[in-house]
Amino acid sequence: MQVEKQFKPKIVAFCCNWCSYAGADLAGSSRLSYPADVKIIRVPCSCRVNPLFILRAFERGADGVILCGCHPGDCHYSTGNYYTRRRMTMLFSMLDYLGVEKGRTRVEWVSAAEGVKFSTVMNNFVAKIYELGENVKLGDLRCKK
Amino acid sequence: MQRIGVFVCWCGSNIAATVDVERVAQVMKNEPGVVFSTDYQYMCSEAGQAIIRNAIAEHKLTGIVVCSCSPRMHEATFRKTAQRAGLNPYMVEIANIREQCSWIHKDKEEGTEKAIVLARAALAKVMLNAPLIAGQSSVTKRALVIGGGIAGIQSALDIADAGYEVDIVEKEPTIGGKMSKLDKTFPTLDCSACILTPKMVDAAQNEKITLYTYSEVEEVKGFVGNFNVKIRRKARYVKEDVCTGCGACMQKCPSKKGLNEFNLGLNKRTAIYIPFAQAIPNVAVIDATQCIKIKNNKCGLCDTVCAAKAIDYNQQDEFIEREYGAIVMATGFNPIKLDKFNEYSYAECPDVITSLELERIMNAAGPTGGKLVKMSNGEHPHDITFIQCVGSRDISGRGKCYCSKICCMYTAKHAMLIRDKYPDVNVHVFYIDVRTPGKNFDEFYRRAVEEYSVDYIKGQVGKVYPEGDHLVVQGVDMLANEQIIHKTDMVVLATAIEPDPTARKIASMLTASIDTNDFITEAHPKLRPVESPTAGIFLSGVCQGPKDIPETVAQAGAAAVKVLGLLSKDKLVTNPCVSQSNELLCNGCSMCQNVCPYGAIGYEDKLINDHGIRETRRVAVVNEALCQGCGACTVTCPSGAMDLKGFTNKQIMAEVDAICK
Amino acid sequence: MHNNSDKQKDQVFRMTGVDTRKCMKCGKCSASCPSFNEMQYRPHQFVDMVTKGRIEELMASPSIYHCLSCFACVERCPRGVEPAVVVEAIRNLAERKQGGTYFSPDEVPELIDGTVPQQALVSAFRKYRK
Repeated sequence: MQVEKQFKPKIVAFCCNWCSYAGADLAGSSRLSYPADVKIIRVPCSCRVNPLFILRAFERGADGVILCGCHPGDCHYSTGNYYTRRRMTMLFSMLDYLGVEKGRTRVEWVSAAEGVKFSTVMNNFVAKIYELGENVKLGDLRCKK
Repeated sequence: MQRIGVFVCWCGSNIAATVDVERVAQVMKNEPGVVFSTDYQYMCSEAGQAIIRNAIAEHKLTGIVVCSCSPRMHEATFRKTAQRAGLNPYMVEIANIREQCSWIHKDKEEGTEKAIVLARAALAKVMLNAPLIAGQSSVTKRALVIGGGIAGIQSALDIADAGYEVDIVEKEPTIGGKMSKLDKTFPTLDCSACILTPKMVDAAQNEKITLYTYSEVEEVKGFVGNFNVKIRRKARYVKEDVCTGCGACMQKCPSKKGLNEFNLGLNKRTAIYIPFAQAIPNVAVIDATQCIKIKNNKCGLCDTVCAAKAIDYNQQDEFIEREYGAIVMATGFNPIKLDKFNEYSYAECPDVITSLELERIMNAAGPTGGKLVKMSNGEHPHDITFIQCVGSRDISGRGKCYCSKICCMYTAKHAMLIRDKYPDVNVHVFYIDVRTPGKNFDEFYRRAVEEYSVDYIKGQVGKVYPEGDHLVVQGVDMLANEQIIHKTDMVVLATAIEPDPTARKIASMLTASIDTNDFITEAHPKLRPVESPTAGIFLSGVCQGPKDIPETVAQAGAAAVKVLGLLSKDKLVTNPCVSQSNELLCNGCSMCQNVCPYGAIGYEDKLINDHGIRETRRVAVVNEALCQGCGACTVTCPSGAMDLKGFTNKQIMAEVDAICK
Repeated sequence: MHNNSDKQKDQVFRMTGVDTRKCMKCGKCSASCPSFNEMQYRPHQFVDMVTKGRIEELMASPSIYHCLSCFACVERCPRGVEPAVVVEAIRNLAERKQGGTYFSPDEVPELIDGTVPQQALVSAFRKYRK
């Protein structure tokens, strides 16, 4: 009989260099814990995150993807996070269609001063992913088996 | 094939307590591409850096991964280390296993596993890193100041004092701007001309400053350090270097119907004129629309009386082209047009005036010689009513949504000056809120009320209409909840201010961003308030937002400092992590250009060799001196031609793959 | 939970589309109002009282019939609050509460005499054109 493996979600967090990555650092230096399932990728701005990166993560078996940027109006590049907001609204509505539940993706605004918010957001997000369970792996139709 | 070295830091016990650093180093040693892996107590120490340098030399490493604290802390340190060992500094990647791993986890097993994943992600990225070389560009050691008001003059003086050449372009025949039209300045009530004109003279006499008055910026090309500007010198019909400013021509000129712009059209001037007595340069100018000689080829009196022989009726606009390293925008403001505010009868009644017009009436050099009189009949007024917020804080589309900031203070100033000079005149002020933040500002306003008995009424005015010799103001007193029908002699409107239209024109030439109100956007509202997001463009005065004279002067000085910081460099070193367009993939759609906040993307027609097919295509070209590396264009590009160096699509995808493995 | 005044406030908002919180209390509406002296509650008070949910009081006041709907306040309000539209909404609320229309359209010509201001008729057309 196969022993059921304990579910360990894979969660990718994209953080912009100026606000959210610094927020994550602050969470660290304030010793505010959040689950180890979250792995952070540093990007210069949240608008650097191509929707394809998120699809790629789901293709490779990610259970959740969260994208963190500066608060609207505070972007280091003045307008980057507005693009993020629009692009992700669009992508998330299509993910639903692909069979990836709404809760598996999220955009959050975390400033460099919001270490507490960063850890709260991550705790909530991971809890949500545990609730949703393992994700279906997206297949690439171009690669026929 | 890359040869990567992995260096795991203990950070004393900071990392080592929750992450089994030896195991991380051991696991990483077996990863493909890794030829060397070790751990050490303090990688950032001199000894730790020596380990890295030795390993680079000994194992001929092509890239390194340092598993340590946040890259925001020590990325620069390790890049320098790599550089000292002869490795390109951009071949370094940091795995953040302190702030984002050891400090937030308690379980050692969990921490170690996460650290390994983070190290693998960094390894996956560094495998795809390419050496990057920071670009360099030259700096032309000359600054351009657009606008010759107090903001522009102050910026120019500060730049010139530091020893750099600076040119001022002013569209009017004289520098001085709005401040030269003011009578007194708040809160000290010192005379505006007394403090401004010495500065104007300083600017004219400073050998580092060149004034281009009656000139406009026609075209701007280039980028930070290397702007190419075309300036139109409008025909003055008077030789600027010959005219002595004696004014004999003005006395003889028979055409006296032109509206005196300096006095806001309150009186008339001759066709050949010097805007005001202290004008800089003190040179006459001919208004071609009024000059009888230019219009009908008759007259020519001014030429006859001019002892210096300065008149030249055949003068044409001239163009000059110059190179500049930095540009200061000091384009200033204008009061808004009141044509949408019929309720105040501004157009119909000469006794309804704007505050700026009142400045001229109160000024000793103004149309009335400084005597406060009704413009309709020259009589002395006994009652004056001020109306605040005319067009300010208005979201109905008639006015401006913002607070014009200066009106509360100048209205208090006017009220006080009138009460001081003419104690028989009753002064009323209709206000919504009195906003007086600033040093000695509220005290100033209170003085108007408490010492000069100015009647402040909380409420707005519904309409103003003439009745006989008088004006009637229908307003409301909100505190008494009463409607007021008030007979008065003069009404003064505190008109909202708006940026001068030049700002939009020049901003679009420079692709500097501008807000919905046409104020030029600052690079950061708090931390970079005098710079535009477009590198090399600096902001001074009201073109950035409403402000009074002290603030304008402070900002002008700040802008000058930023200019000096730029001009003092011989070479500009650019951030190498910038966007790059793949010419073979680019289809010239312009979408990247539209999202770029820095105007860093342009288009060129280039001869492309696409797999043997040679053709000319319109392709995107990134200006590396302007690009700040946000990556907005990379995602927008429909053909995937744009990529960001240092954070390429492949690199980020490799990180995603490593994390999801 | 919403209480009754919140419900009425929502209703006024739905009817008018006007966010009374935009008001910056400048008083321009009252300054422009030709019926100011006849009104128990003045235009600016209407706006303020709606924001505070004091709609019952307004409905009970004869002020709702004193507004001429000349729209001077709507034209001049710098914040786009449209006080006359708010007054109209409250008038409608009051009329609906009292049980619908009092009279049929046929009766209207008889009611028009010298005491009905022409302005009210003109403004009615102006209003419904909008």
